[in-house]
Amino acid sequence: MVSVARQASPAQSAGLWDRFSIRTKRVIWAWGFLALPIVFYVTIRFYPTVQAFWLSLTDWDLLRPATFIGLDNYKRLFADPLFWQVFRNTFTYLIIGTPVSLVLSFIIAFYLDRVRFMHGFIRALYFLPFLTTAAAMAWVWRWFYQPVPIGVINDVLQLMGLPQQPFLRSVNQALPAIMVTAIWAGLGFQIIIFMAGLRAIPTTYYEAARIDGLGEWAILRKITLPLLKPTTVFLVVFSSIGFLRIFDQVYNMTTNDPGGPLNSTKPLVLMIFQTAFSSYDMGYAAAQTVVLFTILLVVSLVQLWVLRERR
Amino acid sequence: MRKKIGLAGLAAGISFLAMGSAQAVEIEYWQYVFDTRVEAMNQLIAKFEEANPDITVKHVTFPYADYQTRVVAAKVAGQGPDVVQLFYGWLDNFVAGGLIQPLDPEVFPYDQIESEFFPIVSAMKRGDSYYGLPTAVRSLALFYNKQLFEEAGLDPNNPPQTLDELIEAAKATVKRDGSGNITSEGITVSMEGQDHQWWREVLIRQFGGQPYSDDGRSVAYNDEAGLAALKFITDLQLEHKVGLSGFMDEGQAAFRAGRAAMTIDGTFRLGAFADNPFEWGVTELPANADGLRSNYASYFANAIGATAEGEELEAAQKFLAYISSPEAMDIWLDVVGELPARKAAALTEENLADPIYGPFLKGLEYAHTTIFVDEQAQRQVAIDMANRVLLQGQDPAESLAQAAEEEQAILDRFYNK
Repeated sequence: MVSVARQASPAQSAGLWDRFSIRTKRVIWAWGFLALPIVFYVTIRFYPTVQAFWLSLTDWDLLRPATFIGLDNYKRLFADPLFWQVFRNTFTYLIIGTPVSLVLSFIIAFYLDRVRFMHGFIRALYFLPFLTTAAAMAWVWRWFYQPVPIGVINDVLQLMGLPQQPFLRSVNQALPAIMVTAIWAGLGFQIIIFMAGLRAIPTTYYEAARIDGLGEWAILRKITLPLLKPTTVFLVVFSSIGFLRIFDQVYNMTTNDPGGPLNSTKPLVLMIFQTAFSSYDMGYAAAQTVVLFTILLVVSLVQLWVLRERR
Repeated sequence: MRKKIGLAGLAAGISFLAMGSAQAVEIEYWQYVFDTRVEAMNQLIAKFEEANPDITVKHVTFPYADYQTRVVAAKVAGQGPDVVQLFYGWLDNFVAGGLIQPLDPEVFPYDQIESEFFPIVSAMKRGDSYYGLPTAVRSLALFYNKQLFEEAGLDPNNPPQTLDELIEAAKATVKRDGSGNITSEGITVSMEGQDHQWWREVLIRQFGGQPYSDDGRSVAYNDEAGLAALKFITDLQLEHKVGLSGFMDEGQAAFRAGRAAMTIDGTFRLGAFADNPFEWGVTELPANADGLRSNYASYFANAIGATAEGEELEAAQKFLAYISSPEAMDIWLDVVGELPARKAAALTEENLADPIYGPFLKGLEYAHTTIFVDEQAQRQVAIDMANRVLLQGQDPAESLAQAAEEEQAILDRFYNK
């Protein structure tokens, strides 16, 4: 009895596997391998995302069991002047940061592409900030922005006979001051991507254009920029998401009064962080996260639509 | 057959019992990572285990930034610590979340706690129960740079004792460059540091008010006293121009760099200031014109985790009693530099005569503690209040009223939950 069963089972299973066509087997193998990342993403990414939507409808504070409170968190959020301030800040980072950093990095990439002298070295110099820890960088910049006699920038202003500026200690200057460091930090990466894009444009196009007598400006407008579009789209979306999610620069440059002074530099992510991990107001923080998620989604979709391939 | 099973069961039961009595109870102690605190606690655990060979204490530490989250997460997972360290300001949250249990009055007689510890221990009491006991406490004092005092022609052994003298000393020691920019502060202005505590528990009282109602549920500083206290701090920068908020980032950094003649800070800064490359001194926080002094004291207390029961509870109680004993406090003072929480252990002649510990200890006798419900958020309210005046030129009275409203909203949200 037992021996019969033993003999039968491998034969049966082999039969089942053999009955599949090679195509089906391939599909099974493919899905077998794909299952791992899928399971990983579902548990690590998608499940918490869905959970956040649910939490945003509760008053969970980590300690007590969550109770359903409907849209109260959203009502509170939209009535909170801090949220609108933070919302404005976040979009200021986005609307000024993204174009400025892209234009700058394109100009640098465009000219760096033509430089032969110490090309690698200069490129490395531009890329270096991207490799540096945001925390270390932010701290150095924090000291640059200090009043005299510590701050280098104010020392220079002083030497030129100009009044010293408060920078991070000002409601109006703090956000631009932080944005400068954020742009500077991301520049290296964008330059590298732009240069890769520029190199990918076949030189024959340029040669043909020059033979036809096109000027440099026309070449840039008619050939370089259109052919660089996929790169540009990628960088616009990538850098927008980066600015919408800005956190470490701000947090590290204003550690004593995170997002200050007077919330003038606070981005949405920092507000979420504080609501969740210093006030333990998880439900409210989840509602803010959902709003951030929606903003990111809408902004990315709008950009993809505006910059879409027109056929 | 049945007999055999019965016998086996009996044997197993007996061996199990025997194991139970021979096996030591293990309890977990949690605190955050801070080198000297960890070191002191290791010493205390070693001594405790020596005296109680049947108990082992597992010492678990987390980075400060994650600490509260870890405690809360552990509770959710049902694996909390048996004895846990907490900041007194977190107590309401810890109690509300059921993370800790009240101390058994049989084991820790409440009248003894009240007579033996400094009165600030009352911040550990909710309703009729005490929820924890501190090993060490912290208070504020005025640190001053003797070298800068001497350069300014002041007596380095006679630091300011009143608020007026404080301003005079600051005016004498401040240094400015040709354009009037401060290059070395007379006194630091730093709401982000300890100034918000100084304002709340010291200055407001010295100007005749009180920061909160007696039950701690309403803001009481929106009056003349609160305004005078706020103006005292903002005037240091705006009127007397002896300090600059944000100068060298933080008051303590400016003081360490020898670019501030005075700063108000706590016992916890002693370690950082120990190797300052200049001579410095400590004195009590200045009194008001009538000689009234006040201070702000805070502490980390140890409490018993909600999940401890039976043998573990007993062991946890023993351990808590030991780490709140005078012996433990002496070790803590030596290793960490924090002041003993028991009067008898703290107010020894030797400690009071100590030029560093003395002023802090004197401060403890008249110190207050704020019952925070969300320390970060309430601190932020005070920072913003000062910034509106310093950076936006808002009228101090308006700024104060706004702060009172914001802080009341925080208190209401908590107490109405």
